[in-house]
Amino acid sequence: MPMKIGSNDFKDRVEEGINDSFMRKAVAGAQERMGSRRQDAADQLGNWEDWRSHGEEIRQHVLEHLDYYLKELSDNIASRGGHVFFAQTPAEANEYIKNVVESKGAKKVVKSKSMVTEEINLNSYLEEAGCEVTETDLGEYILQVDDHDPPSHIVVPALHKNKEQIRDVFTEKLGYQKTEKPEELAAHARAVLRQKFLEADIGITGCNFAVAETGSFCLVTNEGNADLVTALPKTQITVMGMERIVPTFVELEVLVSLLTRSAVGQKLTSYITVLTGPREQNEADGPEEFHLVIVDNGRSNILGSEFQSILQCIRCGACINACPVYRHIGGHSYGSIYSGPIGAVLTPLLGGYEENKELPYASTLCGACTEVCPVKIPLHGLLLKHREQIVEKEGKAPISEKLAMKAFGLGAASPFLYKLGTKMAPTAMNPFVSGNTISKGPGPLKAWTEIREFPAPHKERFRDWFKNREKDGDA
Amino acid sequence: MKVALFATCLVDLFQSNVGKATVELLEHLGCEVEFPESQVCCGQPAYNSGYLKESKEAMKRMIETFLDAEYIVSPSGSCIAMFREYPHIFKGDPEWEPKAIKVAEKSFELTEFIVDVLKVEDVGAAFDASVTYHTSCHMTRLLGVRKAPMVLLKNVKGLRFTELPGKEQCCGFGGTFSVKMAQISEQMVDEKVCHIEETEAEYLIGADAGCLMNIGGRIQRKGKPIKVLHIAEILNSR
Repeated sequence: MPMKIGSNDFKDRVEEGINDSFMRKAVAGAQERMGSRRQDAADQLGNWEDWRSHGEEIRQHVLEHLDYYLKELSDNIASRGGHVFFAQTPAEANEYIKNVVESKGAKKVVKSKSMVTEEINLNSYLEEAGCEVTETDLGEYILQVDDHDPPSHIVVPALHKNKEQIRDVFTEKLGYQKTEKPEELAAHARAVLRQKFLEADIGITGCNFAVAETGSFCLVTNEGNADLVTALPKTQITVMGMERIVPTFVELEVLVSLLTRSAVGQKLTSYITVLTGPREQNEADGPEEFHLVIVDNGRSNILGSEFQSILQCIRCGACINACPVYRHIGGHSYGSIYSGPIGAVLTPLLGGYEENKELPYASTLCGACTEVCPVKIPLHGLLLKHREQIVEKEGKAPISEKLAMKAFGLGAASPFLYKLGTKMAPTAMNPFVSGNTISKGPGPLKAWTEIREFPAPHKERFRDWFKNREKDGDA
Repeated sequence: MKVALFATCLVDLFQSNVGKATVELLEHLGCEVEFPESQVCCGQPAYNSGYLKESKEAMKRMIETFLDAEYIVSPSGSCIAMFREYPHIFKGDPEWEPKAIKVAEKSFELTEFIVDVLKVEDVGAAFDASVTYHTSCHMTRLLGVRKAPMVLLKNVKGLRFTELPGKEQCCGFGGTFSVKMAQISEQMVDEKVCHIEETEAEYLIGADAGCLMNIGGRIQRKGKPIKVLHIAEILNSR
């Protein structure tokens, strides 16, 4: 699976994350900053819940009519002289892009930030074909320079690195000789990247939203790098997940507002660029040739399934910034370029359960993700659906758990068995009790008592107390 | 007013003191409390682990048990949130959906019941100590009960309240999460305990036995002097 990152074992990855105190400090700080900025930006509107409902409505409408809007989008792009390619698999997308690159005799590619190109692993494909690919989003650039360190957050890809670490990467890889001041680091990257923009044969972008009505696409950034990617090279290729469409500019405005407020707590980002097709005769800039690659990669299987609402996602990362699990383990622990709650739902859908079976369980179902989602995806509900799928359809749950749950079902179905079970509990647990607590429990209690005390069952259950009290005429 | 008490399995087995306080508090407020003997567990442990079939067995028993009650009250936000989820779970089931709706509509978390149904904001309790309060995730986010416990605690005589930093952050319990993902759960509960310590409160108060068992168990293991009480116990102190 191309989107896979890190070691194979989930527990190993988590262990590594938990032991990375730099990363954890960076993540906790970022969560607090971004969380409170998001809240302020939402509160400013005064009726945030209405905005969320509206966003949800738009996304649901588009998904219900995706075939219609995809056709409208592609017809409008074609009528302006652009090329549209529907890629069912990452391999098809990569192959098409490589062919475009080769047909132009291109050697140098600049890119703006795009998760879907991470998903299909485009960079390494093009590099293997002999291209120099340069990421121009500062966060992505830092990771690329650091031997292709994978992103740990969909909006802030280098979130796991602090400025000292970034300085060290630049010093080692780029011969950088200044300090860890963000301004100096950014200036250095800027100087390198300017030259890359000027030399590039091809610009590749992602797509925040495509507008079906006009055949346009919209890029939301704070650095302006995407504008250079789309303005300078002669050929432009835009890659989008097939669900990232809005019908018209009216809906675009709503979703961009939800996106920037949720992602970075801004009313608007510094650059919101809408581009439509290749340069026309009377235009001064823009690419001579424009290709739109629409990637399916499993999305049409999600469409119409009980997981359809995950396709509402506008990749704002608010769920990641609110997630208490992500806070402690960081993005790389998820083993996928999609991390946090959105990653825990999406990765098993795109990459299968076999390699991702722990992800749906890496949540307390606290609901913080669902609460902040600007398009009202029931994220923790979808994690629960994954669990049901793993247990009932895939049969991948551990046997001990299955037995325990069978017993639960039996006990719960029969008040008699339930009462018997709870009555026997104090006796059964007695060997492990000291005082009123269990410090070293057996079976499933072992994992609990490695960390915390477990209370000893009371000899007089509450129900016994209540019954005796009634008998004594105390009530 | 007749109240059918849904004690929850954790309270029945491990925290009978919480059940007793709930009964005494409700009686103090003029309710007639009954405890339907056939109650089992709300089904959440199985449901949240993906065992829908097994969890439905428990849910059906609970629906039958409480169907004819006037009000159903429980000292647990999480378990009442599960009751409120029943209509959704049995959606389209001609026999069980209407019953599930009936049960969900008359189910209340304890503090919610006192403030919203009984319309009482001061239960006449007194508790002379410094406390902080953990807002459980299911109670706040799923059930939407945020104000009721605060209103009631504010009116407890002698009680000195300090807000918990990061109060809406999960304590790391999450039912089976606490054992399945123990290494992550440990980090989460540790951060929670740190925040509780920052308040310098003598007591941690909560409204959900699961969270309190998790946080309390960690506090006890670490030998911290903080005491843990359920909100029913505070409101029943006079």
